[in-house]
Amino acid sequence: MALAKRIIPCLDCDNGRVVKGVKFLDIRDAGDPVEISKRYCDAGADEITFLDITASHEGRDTTVATVEAIAGQVFIPLTVGGGIRTLEDIRTMLNAGADKVAINTAAVINPEFVCEAAERFGSQCIVVAVDAKQVSAEGEELKWEIFTHGGRKPTGIDTIEWVKRMVNYGAGEILLTSMDRDGTKIGFDLPLTKAVSNAVRVPIIASGGVGTLQHLVDGVLEGEADAVLAASIFHFGEFSVEEAKHYMAEKGIEIRI
Amino acid sequence: MNKIAVIDYGMGNLHSVAKAVEHVGRELGEEIEVLVTPDPDLIASADRVIFPGVGAIRDCMAEIKRLNVGKIVAEAMQSKPVLAICVGMQALMKSSEENGGIDCLGFMDGEVRYFDDNLIDVKNSRLKVPHMGWNEVTQTQDHPLWKDVPQNSRFYFVHSYYVQTSNADLVTGKTNYGTDIVAALAADNIFATQFHPEKSQTAGLSLLKNFLQWDGNA
Repeated sequence: MALAKRIIPCLDCDNGRVVKGVKFLDIRDAGDPVEISKRYCDAGADEITFLDITASHEGRDTTVATVEAIAGQVFIPLTVGGGIRTLEDIRTMLNAGADKVAINTAAVINPEFVCEAAERFGSQCIVVAVDAKQVSAEGEELKWEIFTHGGRKPTGIDTIEWVKRMVNYGAGEILLTSMDRDGTKIGFDLPLTKAVSNAVRVPIIASGGVGTLQHLVDGVLEGEADAVLAASIFHFGEFSVEEAKHYMAEKGIEIRI
Repeated sequence: MNKIAVIDYGMGNLHSVAKAVEHVGRELGEEIEVLVTPDPDLIASADRVIFPGVGAIRDCMAEIKRLNVGKIVAEAMQSKPVLAICVGMQALMKSSEENGGIDCLGFMDGEVRYFDDNLIDVKNSRLKVPHMGWNEVTQTQDHPLWKDVPQNSRFYFVHSYYVQTSNADLVTGKTNYGTDIVAALAADNIFATQFHPEKSQTAGLSLLKNFLQWDGNA
C-alpha cells in the first residue's frame, strides 16, 4: 500500500482549443479541451493540467468557460495555469472549478505574490511552475536558470535556489519544465528533475521532453519525480494514458490502475 | 427534493464539491438542490450537510468561530446526515498541531498531527509532504457509505497533517503514508474523510452517491 505516482496529461489551450507546439513554435490543433479531458479522465489520468496560452483579453473569458465545462465533467484534480497574475485571477479560476492554479511569470516578477496566494487560498492549491534551462557549460557543475515568458526571457535566477524559496513562500507543489527538452521528445532532463526533487519537501511534477513511455518511467525512477506530465504523446494518439499507466506499473512503479 | 447544503465559511474551493454532488444527483435521476451557503437557516432547512475545508486550520477555525459554524455543524449532527471533508474532518477533532497548536471543535475524539520531517516508506524512500495524490484506503468497518466501493480503492488526498484517534470504533477507513493514518471516520450520522471524494473519480462519486441516499444510520 503506497501513494501512487501520478500521470498528468497537459492541455495547452489557445482560444478554447488544445494546441501543442514544438519548443513553443509550430502549433498544431489537437482538439476540444472538454472532450479530451473527459477522454483522459476515463482512461485513468490522475489529474489534468490546463495551460492557457491565449494572449488576448477576450480569449480569457473563453478560458474561464472552458475550465467550467471541464470541471463539470471531470472529477479528478484540475490545475489551471497561464496568465495567473493576481489574487482575483486565482479566485476566478477556483470559482470556475479549478482545484489548483499554476503561477509562473507573476512569481518571478513579484515573489511575495506566492505568499499572499498561499495565505489566502492555502498551499494545497498553489503550484509554482518553473521553466528552467541549463546554463552551465559542459564539464562545469550543473546549473539551471529560470526563464519566463514561455522560455524567452532569462531572469538570472538559479533554479534550485528559486524552488527552495518558492516552497518557503508556500508553494504546495512544483511544476518543473525543462526548456531544453520541451517539445523535443528525447526525455526529461533527469539531473534537473532529481536536483529539484531533492531540494524541496513538496511534490515535483516533471515536464518537458516526453516521447516514449520509458521516458515517464525514467522521470520517476531516475528523476525522482512524484508526478509526470506529458502532452503531445497523448494528444496525437501515439499512446493512451492507459498504456502509459500499464507500462509504468510493469516497471514496478506504484500506479493507480 | 433532496436538499444538500455545503457550508461556505470562506475556506477554499467549494465548487468542486457542489459540482460533484450535482453530477451524482443527475446520475441517480433524483431531483436535488445544492446550496453553497453560510446561512444557518438555509443549512437547517437542508436534508444533508457537507462540511468541507481546505487551507490552514488556524484560518479555518477563525472563520468557523466568527461565523458560528460550530453551532451549525453541531445542530446538523443531531438531526441529519453530515459529511465532513479534509480540513472539515480535522476541525471536528479536539486539537491540531498545525500553526503552533490550535483548539478545534472537539466533536470527535482525536488529534491532528504533523507528518514527521523525515518521513520514509517501507523501502526507506523519502516521502514528500503534503501527502498529495491517490492512496489506497482500507475499509476497516462496514458502512453504508462504502457501498459499491471496492476494498483498497484509491482516493485523492492532499494534506500535511493527519488525524489520529485512540478510539478505534470511530475509524472506518485507514491508509498508510509513512505511518498509519485515518482516512475516514464515522459516528452516528456523521461520516468524515481525509481524502476528497469529489476529486476521486469513480470511487469518490460512489461515496457521494451513497451519502445522498444515506439515512444517517450506520
